[in-house]
Order: sequence, then C-alpha cells, then structure tokens
Amino acid sequence: MTGPAHGFRELSPLQVERVAYRRSRSRRSTLVAFGSTVVFAAVGWFAVTSAPGWPRVRESFLDASTAREALPAVLDGLWLNLRVLVVCEVLILALGLGIAALRTLRGPVWFPVRALATAYVDLFRGLPLIICLYLVGFGLPGLRLSGVPNDPVILGAAALVLVYSAYVAEVFRAGIESVHPSQRAAARSLGLTHAQSMRIVVLPQAVRRVLPPLLNDFVALQKDCGLISVLGAVDAVRAAQIESARAYDFTPYVVAGLLFVLLAVPTARFADWATARTARRRGAGW
Amino acid sequence: MVTPAVLSVRNLVKRYGENTVLHGVDLDVAEHEVVALIGASGSGKSTLLRCVNLLEEVDDGQVILDGADVSDPRADADAARRRMGIVFQAFNLFPHLSVLDNVTLAPRVVHGVPRRDAEARGVELLERVGLADRARSYPDQLSGGQQQRVAIVRALAYEPRLLLLDEITSALDPELVGEVLALVRELAAHGMTILMATHEMGFAKRVADRVCFLDGGVLLESGPPSQVLGEPVNDRTRQFLRRIIDTGRL
Repeated sequence: MTGPAHGFRELSPLQVERVAYRRSRSRRSTLVAFGSTVVFAAVGWFAVTSAPGWPRVRESFLDASTAREALPAVLDGLWLNLRVLVVCEVLILALGLGIAALRTLRGPVWFPVRALATAYVDLFRGLPLIICLYLVGFGLPGLRLSGVPNDPVILGAAALVLVYSAYVAEVFRAGIESVHPSQRAAARSLGLTHAQSMRIVVLPQAVRRVLPPLLNDFVALQKDCGLISVLGAVDAVRAAQIESARAYDFTPYVVAGLLFVLLAVPTARFADWATARTARRRGAGW
Repeated sequence: MVTPAVLSVRNLVKRYGENTVLHGVDLDVAEHEVVALIGASGSGKSTLLRCVNLLEEVDDGQVILDGADVSDPRADADAARRRMGIVFQAFNLFPHLSVLDNVTLAPRVVHGVPRRDAEARGVELLERVGLADRARSYPDQLSGGQQQRVAIVRALAYEPRLLLLDEITSALDPELVGEVLALVRELAAHGMTILMATHEMGFAKRVADRVCFLDGGVLLESGPPSQVLGEPVNDRTRQFLRRIIDTGRL
C-alpha cells in the first residue's frame, strides 16, 4: 500500500507501525492459504490414488494415447456445438425479449396474448429439457408434416430455444419490472407511445441490469448444447461416445468434458466482470 | 382580459380504491397565465397535475385542452400529452441517455424533427439554462439543480402549450433551489402558460398570476397571490398559511 512512490509523504511512527503490522498479517494469510491448498490437494490426490480401483480407472478414464487419438473427432464435434450455441443464443434472446415484452402489456384487450405468453413460460420452464428434446426431436418429424426438417441438429436446437427462451423471458421480465414506473411516466408525458417508451426508455435500462443473469444462462446453454447428442447429432458428446466405443475406454468423455469446461471459463470471467461493472455503475447513481 | 383558456378542468374526480383524492375540482388556466397550486402534502396537487397530463385515468369530470376534452377515452391521449410538458419532483431523467439525448428524444421520436435540427435546438436551449457544456454528460454526473434544469429543458424542447411543474424544487438542496426558480421565472416572463404545484410560497407570490389553495382534494380558494396569501377568506387557508409562516417559509 505504501510503496516508495509515497515515500515523500512523511508517515507518523504510529502509522508506520500499523503498516508493518498489516503487511505481516497479509504475508501470514498468503502462507496459510498456500499451505492449506497444498495439504488439501495432497489429501485429495492420496484419497483417489489409494482407492482400490484407481489403477483400472486411470487406465480406462485417463489414458493419454486414447485422449490424443480422440481429440480431433471431439474437437470437430465441439465446433458443431459452438455453431448451435451461437445460433440458439441469438434466437433465445430475441424470443425471450419478445415474450417478456408481451407479458408486460396492460389492458383487457391483451389478455389472450398475455395468457399465451404466461402459458408458454409455465410450460417450458417446467418441462425437463431432455423430454423436450425427445418430443421435438422424435415426435415432430413423426408427424410427417411437409417442411418439418429431419436434421437432428436443427430439431435439437429448436428444443433448446423453446426451453431456454422461457427462462430468459423471465430474466428480461424481472429487468423490465425493476425499472421504476416514474421512468415510464416521464416517457409517456413526452408523448411517446407505449411501444416507444418500452423500446427507447425501459428496455435499454432493463437489459443493462439483467446482463449478469443472462450470461449465467448463457453458460448453462453452452453445456446443454451437448444434449443434442441424444437425438443422434454428432457433436462433441456423441463424438466422444463413438471414440470411447472404438477404444473401449472412457477417456474421450473426459476430453469432451474438459473442453466444455474450457469453453465456459471465459464466459464465466466475462460474467464476473460485467456484474462488477453493473454494481459499480449502480453505485454511481443508477 | 378575455383570453380563451388553454386548460379547463371541470368537476375532476380521482379515486384510488376507497380513497377519494380529488372531489370535483374546477380550474381554468388562461394563455400566458401562471397558476400556482398550494396546499399541504396529500391535498391532491400532484394528482391533479398527473390527471391533467393524462398519466392517471380520471374517475369523473373533464380535462379540456384548447377546447377539446382530452380525458375522453376516445381522445388520443398521446397526442394530448405532446402538447403539454411536465416536470417531476424527482427529475425522472433517463439515466442511460446523455443530457442532449434526453432533451432531443421527444422532438426526434414524437415530432419527427431530424436529429441535426433537434440537436441544434437542444444545445440552444441548454445554453439558455447555462448547461450547454454538459450536453454530452449523463444525468448522474450532474447536481440535482442541474438535472432539474435539464428536465425543464426536456419538457420545453417540443414547445408545449402548457407546462406542468410538480413541486420541482422539493427534492433539491436549499442552495440549488434558486437556480431552478430563476429559470421558471424567466419562462413565465416569456409568456409560458404554467400550472405549478409548489411549496415555495415566496416564489408563488412573486411569479404566479393566480394562487389556488387545495385542501383534501377540494379547491377552497383561488385568486391573486396578494389576496390568497395576504388576506385569505377561508379558515383552512388561513390555518395553512399560519403554519407556513411559523416555519419561516413565507
């Protein structure tokens, strides 16, 4: 805290003593943290490696050569997951925002629209994603309607969009309702219509406030993209399954899992940063 | 002086559930007239202004703007609001927009003025209130008095027929009240038609053409400031003013 840069400012002996005390405390905390981490890691390592089944698990889950062989195929699959992720996220944001906006409409004329939006959210927030995937992925093409695609990737993405839009709509709605009514009153008093007030005044403030929870849902979507594999799409998870069947070894699953984690880390850090920024801005007056 | 009324309020009733806030208020505001609404907190001053601005649905009676009943559900409320400006106690600036965007929003979006023209006019208005150098700032970077002056400019930017001021100095530190009141006085001097709710009795006395005393949702007394504030006829007015004088605010 008081480096040589502040050396020109004369500190009282009292403060010098306090600074020295704080410094020794912080050195001690660092040592304790380091020590406890080492002990914890050692205990964990020992517990796993001394387990009776460890040699077999290491062979069938953590085999380096199998991992190397599986990596290209799993990466190929991950590329599909990434494309699905981007397309789904765009559609989810648009649909979620639309549903949230419909739910804020006032007046009896809009009752059917409001009710429909509410029913949608209730249905798809309650429906387990895996069941939605089966219904959309196997049920929809089963109807043999013309124009309904057969591609498991498209059907899987559609199921993800259906379920996640319901969650994201609720996040947006919370944001919209957190904007004080006086903002809407000010907008209407200027002669703006309801739609204009929403678009120009309410939504921009709402979206800024809900950015952190939106990013959280984005991280969840990242890994749930792997679930489209149940429909037969050859994504990272399915590629890992194929590789593991070929090698008679579970290592490819570990590879795919690690890749998903690596994918989530940057987003999580960005979410932290965005949350901190929002908190700062709110501290600054809004 | 017989000028047609810009605003006529006829038998206005407003209820919130069981609670009747306005009991049939009648009030006219002529062109270029400045009318001050005084009364204790909860007497219905703000509600009256919000009803006039159609931010609240009225339960009975009429709000007539330039001869047309705008409180009629068949009337275009958005079109009516475009001819009125309102300034709120808590400023209610848009925090995500710069000062200039706050000011030019209505002209651009509602009145279709091209951005360049709207901004030129906006800067001109901000200059008049001494805030042209803050055009690119955001509301939270301004003092309360500055924010309220921006809010007034925002309400003036589309040249409304009628300006409604809802206790615009009540949320300000005492040393910031002066700059806002000076601006209102200038507007009045330029012939702006103003209906204002205020606790600043001294200001009402100097600037208003007429003072109306509202008590429990009833307009008890109305007349020139010297009469209403100097020789009130009604007992309740006298009582109210005595309390104000006792606290040194008149």
